Amino acid sequence: MSTYDPEKAAQIHRDLHTHLPPDPALRVKTLESLVVERGLVQPEIVDAWVEAYSEHIGPKRGAQVVARAWTDPEFKARLMADASEAIKDFGFEGHATGHLKAIENTDTQHNLVVCTLCSCYPFSILGMSPAWYKSSEYRARAVREPRKVLAEFGVTLAKDVSVRAWDSTAEVRYIVIPQRPAGTEGWDQDRLAAIVSRNSMIGTDRDLDTGGE
Amino acid sequence: MFNPDDPLAPPEKAFDQPWQAQALALADTMVRAGHFTPNQWAQTLGAALSKSEQDGAPDNAETYYNAVITALEQLTEAHTDITAPQRQVRRAAWEAAYLRTPHGQPVKL
Repeated sequence: MSTYDPEKAAQIHRDLHTHLPPDPALRVKTLESLVVERGLVQPEIVDAWVEAYSEHIGPKRGAQVVARAWTDPEFKARLMADASEAIKDFGFEGHATGHLKAIENTDTQHNLVVCTLCSCYPFSILGMSPAWYKSSEYRARAVREPRKVLAEFGVTLAKDVSVRAWDSTAEVRYIVIPQRPAGTEGWDQDRLAAIVSRNSMIGTDRDLDTGGE
Repeated sequence: MFNPDDPLAPPEKAFDQPWQAQALALADTMVRAGHFTPNQWAQTLGAALSKSEQDGAPDNAETYYNAVITALEQLTEAHTDITAPQRQVRRAAWEAAYLRTPHGQPVKL
């Protein structure tokens, strides 16, 4: 049976009526109002960023790049030579993709992307990074024991497939170009893009699902 | 320009809380405006994450975004004229504004 605790009840009553945002929200609001007031940033740019990454920019951008690389050898050559330049075809350059490098999975090599320092990620083509990418566990283990990490994501590599972990930095970000699955011959780019998962472009997914076709 | 049918929209929710998006937006905007470099941002965020880990904070999104805010506070202190005492004064002003503003109305300083 629960007991009545007058102090607890009073606290709940106070909490319900304060309307105070949580501590981190207040810290952000404090900083934002100070930097805006000094003219260090324009509030419209901050608001546009929030809208873009909440509503518009996601991993389907990267999927389009991969699908084109699969079907257009000339584009693929440019992508592998200089991904930052090549993605300008789509208008996807920007936020943290100034030095983008595309790395290709093959029958004998699998690529895995991590940022061991913090959370560097090619936001403008993959959108916000998933929570696990930012976790200290993934950041620590992706380089130390990549096969084990991959197994936890459901990716079991044959013994003759080597794994290379690519450590992102503020200067260089990576996108993995997964292998095009068999049975997708003749598919157009939109249909191909639909099967490219976000994780496959980070490297925590390998064999793409073609939907049983 | 909100377009609910945007074919390139993120398939899942990008942020758990609006302030998480605002914190990263602020960091990116400050970097792009040249107030600090991408490398300074990465190093400072990395150090804040590393400290959270050493302090035994749980390995989750809340810890991550708290480290983002800590890094932002440190970098604005190091590279602009915004000081910690100024932040304290402004924070108190926002709290007072929230407490005096009737529910549902915009909160202004």
